Amino acid sequence: MMKTLISRRRLLKNGAAALAASTMPFGAAHAADKITIGAIYVGTRDDFGWNQSHAAAMDILRQVPGVSVVEEENVAETDAVAKSMESMINFDGANLILATSFGYYNPFVLDIATQYPGVQLRHCAPLWNPDTDPQNAGSYFSYLNQAHYVNGVAAGLSSISGKLGFVAAKPVQTVLSNCNSFLLGARSVNPNATVQVIFTGSWSMPVREAEATNALIDAGCDVISCHVDSPKVVIETAEARGVKTCGHNADQRDLAPNGFITGAESNWSTTYKIYADALMKGETVPNLIAGGYHNDMVMNTPFGAGATPDARAAATAAIKGLKGGKPIYVGPLKDNTGKIVIEGEVDNYAPELETMNYLLEGIIGSTT
Amino acid sequence: MSDAVFMVMMAMFGGAIRVSTPFLLVALGETLTEKTGRINLGLEGNLVLGAMVAYATSYSTGSPWLGVLAAAGTGTVLSAGHGWICKLPKVNDIAVGIAFMTLGTGLAFFFGKPFIQPTAPRLDAIELGNWSSNPQVQQALKINPLFFVGLALAVVLWWMLKNTRWGLIIRMTGDNAAAARAMGISVDRVRLVATAAGGSLAGIAGAFLSLYYPGSWNESLSSGQGLMAVALVIFARWSPIRCVWAALLFGASGALGPALQSIGISKGYYFFNAAPYILTLIIMVLSARSQKAAHEVPGELSIVK
Amino acid sequence: MSLPSASSVARPHRKPRLDPRSLALIEASVIPMGALLASALIFSLFLLMLGKDPIRFFSLVWTGGVASSFSIQNTLQRAAPLILTGLAFAVPARIGMTLLGAEGALVLGGLASALIAIPMMLGGWPVWLGLPIMALTAMAVGGAWVGLAGWLRHYRGVNETISSLLLTYIAVAIMNFLVEGVFRDPGSTNKASTMPLGPDWRVGDIPGTSVHWGLATGLIIAALLWVLMERTTFGFSARIAGGNLRAAQAQGLPVGRLAVASCAIAGACAGLAGFFEVAAVHGQANASLAAQYGFTGILVAFLARQNPLAVVPVAFLFGALAASGGLIQRRMEMPDATMLVLQGIIFVTLLTSESLYGRLPFLSVSQAGDRT
Repeated sequence: MMKTLISRRRLLKNGAAALAASTMPFGAAHAADKITIGAIYVGTRDDFGWNQSHAAAMDILRQVPGVSVVEEENVAETDAVAKSMESMINFDGANLILATSFGYYNPFVLDIATQYPGVQLRHCAPLWNPDTDPQNAGSYFSYLNQAHYVNGVAAGLSSISGKLGFVAAKPVQTVLSNCNSFLLGARSVNPNATVQVIFTGSWSMPVREAEATNALIDAGCDVISCHVDSPKVVIETAEARGVKTCGHNADQRDLAPNGFITGAESNWSTTYKIYADALMKGETVPNLIAGGYHNDMVMNTPFGAGATPDARAAATAAIKGLKGGKPIYVGPLKDNTGKIVIEGEVDNYAPELETMNYLLEGIIGSTT
Repeated sequence: MSDAVFMVMMAMFGGAIRVSTPFLLVALGETLTEKTGRINLGLEGNLVLGAMVAYATSYSTGSPWLGVLAAAGTGTVLSAGHGWICKLPKVNDIAVGIAFMTLGTGLAFFFGKPFIQPTAPRLDAIELGNWSSNPQVQQALKINPLFFVGLALAVVLWWMLKNTRWGLIIRMTGDNAAAARAMGISVDRVRLVATAAGGSLAGIAGAFLSLYYPGSWNESLSSGQGLMAVALVIFARWSPIRCVWAALLFGASGALGPALQSIGISKGYYFFNAAPYILTLIIMVLSARSQKAAHEVPGELSIVK
Repeated sequence: MSLPSASSVARPHRKPRLDPRSLALIEASVIPMGALLASALIFSLFLLMLGKDPIRFFSLVWTGGVASSFSIQNTLQRAAPLILTGLAFAVPARIGMTLLGAEGALVLGGLASALIAIPMMLGGWPVWLGLPIMALTAMAVGGAWVGLAGWLRHYRGVNETISSLLLTYIAVAIMNFLVEGVFRDPGSTNKASTMPLGPDWRVGDIPGTSVHWGLATGLIIAALLWVLMERTTFGFSARIAGGNLRAAQAQGLPVGRLAVASCAIAGACAGLAGFFEVAAVHGQANASLAAQYGFTGILVAFLARQNPLAVVPVAFLFGALAASGGLIQRRMEMPDATMLVLQGIIFVTLLTSESLYGRLPFLSVSQAGDRT
């Protein structure tokens, strides 16, 4: 595990947003030939969240001459996804597959990559290990926590009570990292800010998400953010109760015309543009694309009516800081059980952040 | 600490009302159906299809109440299909129910894709909490009219079954079909009408989900509320009044998980979230042996033979 | 009509061409086939109304589910868990119990097998011993979980349909709690899972295919359960109890033990499916175990009319529909729910056709007598 992280770290430090492990063309037969891209989503394409963020950016690839995109939605993280990938390869001649859900990788993407060395597979999560995993596989992912930090800055200044709420699906690293960054963003402008988190235990369960939102508001939170697959219910429930919101994964501004502050979004079009360029040149798409604000892999939704002028100014400044490499995690930081978890200053792309399994002091909630 | 207790109590009270309504409506519909000796396990399909149709109608016409009506109509049609097929000899009503669950869910997902994105006008609540200055109390007492419809229906159904000629016909059909036929009652027709009426209530329950709480249409909207509510009827031993208590208990315990987390108790949240199921099972184990239960089963009901 | 015809008297050695048993068999094939055809027609109408081409649709189902060796293996792989969960519903259904607990047994069985593997792997146990222990653990845990519903039904009078449904929700909660808590592998930062099985600790594929051994196991279990239900005293007693509980009790049949045993068998089947999901598919236990196989098994069993052998072809049908679903999405730009609609139509039509048994004039026993 450590080795993966170190090598990825090395790749990132080199300043290369995109690093092609191999610039070999798809092979003589394919170079000028038709390219078929298979995209697989775990939920519906218009979920106002994770899947939509990918499906929307897929248009960039569709516009490349000679490229066609085939898509499947609602593909479970079971052998169903392995069979979907194989079916795309066998029936559609797919030569590049984009598997967008975390649980697709091991063992399914790995198995198919080994079985079909002539097909390129790219998976959306920081999992590909250049030393041990097949060379025709790869990863692309964004450090969305940077955008959640900006959410936090804007939320901290748009909140009156200083109590922020966070509806979370499961206590996994990406969720914890987004939640912690949200807190640190808020604390950077209001040292007394707190974040209360409620885990629903499921990536998509609308009734419980609504209950969680209501419970947070009843507990005094006046800004609600979230990390669930489809944030629509959370944003709309909070808006209906007159509470401000920060979005996640897709542009949710229109869902909350009064209270929307800003939202954390991955900018997949950056990745897909790099893929499209490579494809147009007849090159293999890069094995690893990762990053955050410094290379346009993440962005914040344009400010909504809920963002105060102070918040807008501070959030814009925070974005500028992140682009310049200003670290989010500056120690000493304690987790909310009192243990010191971060000693000094930590780079925003440091591998140690990828094993995060704690909630910072200032967050009300626990990971188990 | 008393603040925290108050918060949890209020959350459970509010949750009982918000979350229980779909359970209540489905359970009442199923009670009516089962009282005639027929079981319709497929109300989950009505609920999901009703939710989609209600949302789509509200979005297209701008009138959420028209959506509720459309959902009721859809539920009626779907369950009339169930009732009609079950009239045929040798057909298993439990199986047909599961078939309609699949069909209803399938149709809802198939035609529902274009309505996941848009925002439809939603049902309003009646604000009964304005006397209080506490925002949580105000929130808990924002109650959707459909909740009151459910309560009123429970009382009417209870009274109807007990005191009216229709009630007598329904009970007789459910307890002993042969005797009912001997009395000149058209058993099939009674069951058809009761199933269709039950189905319409399940459709309305779906409308409540998509148009009020949580108030959005998507494919994971129902987490089995329709199926669970059918099970609650057995739990409530075919009494409309006990259906109300069962639904309220289910709603309140469903609010427990998020409420406890909101006061900082989050260890083991999976079990708090599963509280409705655990609690129901415990109560059933403790109460099912009672002598009364055996008397209340409609004699013709296949599932509790 | 009841008199033997002149020809059969004249040639006494010639048996009637169609005895009642083969007639019943023909009936049991003609009716479902006709119903499948009818549902294809209804679904074609549905497609035509939407302006889609039914011929293209069914040829894609053929391509995706049957036409190539890849397609067949895709179908078989998807059918494998459904055979076991279908059996899990069918067996207790024969005794008149409607159990919705297979999903929970699958999840807990899978989890248990993943957990018991950990000390064996760390202790360096031989795999040939370890894998069977994992499978048996999964069956024991699944069997105990659903057996509990049977026990509650008989000894506490708790309705088994509701208790098994509740137990399923509770099982998923237990699995999530344990997988995210004490048994979480520290490496599984973004999808909580148990410790991964080593490469030798995985159940492989049937040689020459890409279908895992769960399929072969399912076929064997289906055959065994058919023998159990059709050819043993246990099956005979179970059917009597399913037909008329009071009569069975009056005859002194051990109804309670029958009920608990049927449920335990059901749970063991589902638990075994969970074992294969862990050992052949995922290589660890996590939330993906709850993939609705348990609930789809209910549909499979009903279409198979609770016959353990018929569960197999019906599971293949469901497998083929699932296998071709992706192709339909990609080629016809129709949603994934298309297959759910088709399933619903097939299901409703097949169940409606049940009422035709014994009523098809050309298949009645008396007419067959005329033809001899």
